[in-house]
Amino acid sequence: MKKLLLLGDEAIAQGALDAGLSGAYGYPGTPSTEIIEYIQRNPEAIERNVHRTWSANEKTATEEALGMSYAGKRAIVTMKHVGLNVAADPYMNSALTGANGGIIVAVADDPSMHSSQNEQDSRFYGKFSLMPVVEPSNQQEAYEMPKYAFELSEKYHLPVLLRITTRLAHSRAGVIREEVLKENELHMPKDPNQFMLLPAIARKRYKHLLSIQDDLVRESENSPFNSYTEGKDKSLGIIACGLAYNYLMENYKDDKCPFPILKISQYPLPRKYIEKMISECDEILVLEEGMPLVEEMIRGYLNNGSKIRGRLDGSLPRDGELNPALVRKALGMSELESKEIPEVVAGRPPALCVGCPHADTYKELNKALEEYGKGFVFSDIGCYTLGFLPPYNAINTCVDMGASISMAVGAADAGLFPSVAVIGDSTFGHSGMTPLLDAVKTQANVVIMILDNDTTAMTGMQDSQVQGRIEDICYGIGVAKEHIRVINPLPAHFDENVKIIKEEIKYNGVSVIIPRRPCIHLFKKRH
Amino acid sequence: MKKDIILAGVGGQGILTIATIIGYAAIESGLYLKQAEVHGMSQRGGDVQSHLRISAKEIYSDLIPQGAADLIISVEPMEALRYLPYLSENGWLITNTQPYLNIPDYPEYEKLMNEIKSLPHNIALDADKIAKELGSSRFMNMVVLGAVKILLCDKMIKP
Repeated sequence: MKKLLLLGDEAIAQGALDAGLSGAYGYPGTPSTEIIEYIQRNPEAIERNVHRTWSANEKTATEEALGMSYAGKRAIVTMKHVGLNVAADPYMNSALTGANGGIIVAVADDPSMHSSQNEQDSRFYGKFSLMPVVEPSNQQEAYEMPKYAFELSEKYHLPVLLRITTRLAHSRAGVIREEVLKENELHMPKDPNQFMLLPAIARKRYKHLLSIQDDLVRESENSPFNSYTEGKDKSLGIIACGLAYNYLMENYKDDKCPFPILKISQYPLPRKYIEKMISECDEILVLEEGMPLVEEMIRGYLNNGSKIRGRLDGSLPRDGELNPALVRKALGMSELESKEIPEVVAGRPPALCVGCPHADTYKELNKALEEYGKGFVFSDIGCYTLGFLPPYNAINTCVDMGASISMAVGAADAGLFPSVAVIGDSTFGHSGMTPLLDAVKTQANVVIMILDNDTTAMTGMQDSQVQGRIEDICYGIGVAKEHIRVINPLPAHFDENVKIIKEEIKYNGVSVIIPRRPCIHLFKKRH
Repeated sequence: MKKDIILAGVGGQGILTIATIIGYAAIESGLYLKQAEVHGMSQRGGDVQSHLRISAKEIYSDLIPQGAADLIISVEPMEALRYLPYLSENGWLITNTQPYLNIPDYPEYEKLMNEIKSLPHNIALDADKIAKELGSSRFMNMVVLGAVKILLCDKMIKP
């Protein structure tokens, strides 16, 4: 059969589609975005009318997927690692409600923070929620795992967390397709109380969740994605999780590693294999992409017994993503010779594009704030976060989706004046409306700039939920009509726009200014 | 057969298109392929790279180890040098010579070209100029890819 050339993300999407998927839910976030984008343009998904539009945020997406599962169909919900924090409420509780139709929570982690605010490891959420976790090591496994995970999910009536990291999400390889399964028929949960988490029922559901943990360990021990390879040299045993397995094998020609290897791509940990390796080997080296979850678990608080090496003892760096060279060093092999970067090479950080509307907005905002000094602008997650860099130096914070407005409110409560929030249209739709409600309720003295470029630009031009209705939303939430001001951020309107921003800073109450001009790439695409 | 290639450039210059074309060609030829690329924030006018690995046998790592690349293909001269730590001792560097100026401290052109010319195996060409002569500088990335085929694959590297 002809191979498909797919990114890890796309392999997950194709795998889910071929496994009878009825709905894909999610919010765009690097490196997870391409899962849903692939489903959105896939002809078979379009013909089957698989649900495939973006949700307002990861929480609503997870709840929508849970609703589809309630109705008996197979659903996938996708997000980046920090998105799982937004979705944590339904995610954690879905471990108690469990699933009816199979449900996969696909989360893409970003170790080394290529496009993120932290490098949290979603496997901890897997352990925290007591859900099974699958972690593909290559694109073929990424394709095969959704079918396996849906079956596991329906067997135990429990969601399954599928965790990948940046390198697999955004790396292409040939993938062999398997048979296409039919979608589930609509059917109600057998137990009518399953999704009713009143305390009395929740307690029962939690005991049930605890009672199946041993069965989940057995599943991991028998998983086709976990394997134990014997090795003659027992001075070292190697545990390689997910993608780390590749970096290990890269360092051995013709697959000839002398040490026993435990490849882990399904959790909870396959206890039988761990025990075998610890009893047979003098030392254990744990290779895992992300945080030292497995290392910490088998090391234990007292670290007595076998010598465990990994990220905690300095054999590997404590943070950042792995690569073949780091693993090579941990294996005690000599470094490959390599040249230095010549001194003449200068750094080239990302920057706002030529013609970007945010660039003009920041010039205007800087001018309007000139008389007050620096440190008054709370910002958010998106292209406009690049306004922190020279030549703009226009913003002071970037924490999490929606935090610009809430932090501006808190700072205004403390007496900071002026207190300005800068948030993008899509981020406003994701998490900006509820803090705006707080601002209106307390009549906080804030200026909220909603930078409307008509798209979710940073992640590649996805539709924004609030397209065409930002003024209506702000008015509906309770912002006074005369303090909802729309401006066009173009150099020709510079003076006029600065004047408007200054007026709204002087107004004691909630002002919303909407600089509106399409993203330059969107504009080029349309014309 | 095994080839490890680093593709280098600035976000928006079209290196992912080069990667995709080589990728499809490799799959069509029945070879194994892995191609890691960069999406998201770093794409916006920043330095971007792609690791492209082609082999007759299964490939494990999506990333090329430092010191192991057979070839660096770059659509921008300074970006070509950024990935030198990946180039193997006998590796080739092929680059466009037209600088992409979007930073204030871009190095002196002379110094840059001296570094490139000091490498034992290098090819440098003004792909922007050639593309313009062919109709549009937007084809620059395809000119570089063509140069790899004609100047390197056909003439210098024996399989």
